[in-house]
Amino acid sequence: MTVTLTIMSQITQVAEEQRVKLPPLSDDLVLLDSGLDSLAFAILVARLEDELGFDPFTASDDVYFPVTLGDFVRVYENAASKLENAS
Amino acid sequence: MPQASSKTLRDFTSAVAPGHFLRGPHASVALAELARGSSLGSSPAALEGCSILVGTADQLTTALALIELDGVARRLVLCPPGLPDEQLSEIIATAQVDAVVCDPNGPPAAARGLPLRVTCSATIVPGKATADRGRRTEWIMLTSGTTGTPKMAVHTLASLTGAIKVDPDRKEPMVWGTFYDIRRYGGLQIFLRALVGGTSFVLSSADEPMAAHLARLGTHGVTHLTGTPSHWRWALVNRSARAISPRYVRLSGEIADQAILDNLRAFFPDAKVGHAYASTEAGVGFEVNDGLEGFPAALIDQGPGSVEMTVVDAELRIRSARTAVTYLGHGGPALRDADGFVDTGDIVELRGSRYYFVGRRGGIINVGGLKVHPEEIEAVINRHPDVRMSLVRARKNPITGAIVVADVVLRAQADGSQDRDTNLKREILEACRNSLSQHKVPASIRFVPSLDVSATGKMVRQHA
Repeated sequence: MTVTLTIMSQITQVAEEQRVKLPPLSDDLVLLDSGLDSLAFAILVARLEDELGFDPFTASDDVYFPVTLGDFVRVYENAASKLENAS
Repeated sequence: MPQASSKTLRDFTSAVAPGHFLRGPHASVALAELARGSSLGSSPAALEGCSILVGTADQLTTALALIELDGVARRLVLCPPGLPDEQLSEIIATAQVDAVVCDPNGPPAAARGLPLRVTCSATIVPGKATADRGRRTEWIMLTSGTTGTPKMAVHTLASLTGAIKVDPDRKEPMVWGTFYDIRRYGGLQIFLRALVGGTSFVLSSADEPMAAHLARLGTHGVTHLTGTPSHWRWALVNRSARAISPRYVRLSGEIADQAILDNLRAFFPDAKVGHAYASTEAGVGFEVNDGLEGFPAALIDQGPGSVEMTVVDAELRIRSARTAVTYLGHGGPALRDADGFVDTGDIVELRGSRYYFVGRRGGIINVGGLKVHPEEIEAVINRHPDVRMSLVRARKNPITGAIVVADVVLRAQADGSQDRDTNLKREILEACRNSLSQHKVPASIRFVPSLDVSATGKMVRQHA
């Protein structure tokens, strides 16, 4: 599964568990408008670490937590391509 | 015990100039108005000498009840939100509660049978409040760091306000705000700061999204804003954080790491960014305003002063007039040792001329300011018939500082199929969700063949 698909599937699952009805998952969706709270995003980052093998935020102090879903996906994609290049 | 010399909370508010408010999401109350009436209908006198549960859902009514009842009540028990009924029943019994103050829609279920019920509303009814305010009221704060029913720490207004300094020559207007709930120590501290200093205060609300709260803080011109590092990490994600321009940004309740301190300074270049050490039991220990994580080693073993701190076996101990007095009805270890020091359970490490926080004794995990005992979660996981043993640990998290994850050893590995594993994880998580608060439910479960057990037969837990 691609990074993007993994993120979408995990967001959907966390939302289901927290009984949150998600708006359409578009690139420009502001994460705070998604209905998910800070604990839900904390869980999402942990689940993605299980699935993808890395947490781009904890790996580097320089990474700000993103504002939109598109930014969020890009943080993961950038980290994934860096890991690929390094290996 | 009557103490004529000590001020009550109402004495502080009656001196406040007009134009200062307590602001909730739906209503505001002018502090000066409180001197001319009551939020408790006509009956504050009926509550004289009672042990009172402040069981309002709304923080604004909590705030009003506290102002009116300090000095009137024998005891005020602050009821944080989300307390399970059976725990509240136990608290009511132990604190010998005989009255409840609630919102117009009634008290929590466990408090419905109490002999006296008084409704508090955000509307001040004019009239002279004639209650006797000569008592030295006990303030009961519930701790978050325990399994089962929270411990009840006994404070007085004097211990709670011991760290508050008021600048009599203050020129610029001040408006305090907090992301905390005022029924927890961190939030109450800021509420009292506002009242003692005679400034406005913007309350938080559990059901209000961060964006709306920040917008409201901006509208009311907050100048001094506090929260945990997790609150702040979450606030900085928010475009509405641009709506506020605080002069003072304060962190407490969790380890403030260098990244969040730097991020806050970059986001609010004109603000002073400080972090404070405080806990329900130890009170306010110290404040650090040099922009660096940890604290100067010079603060330790300074000798007598307003706060004395020492480190024993890597654990921080604090003695001051700001610590709680004792636990109410608690059979466990005393709150203070024979020398009057409170053992904070926080483990520190000296590196150069600075101490750094490295974690909590007993592996307590701090999830966004809420403390979690791994054992409590392991007990729930271990109830599943297919589980042999489990280890709950912290994983570093960019939003809540830490999050709970679990390593689980299953009884039989015979059927290690993917489907069975997926179903088992779902069942275990479901069981956790049914009996634990959300922040205690593991974000991730991993099946492992074995766990390390030490020579003494205990599971090996990592520090921090």
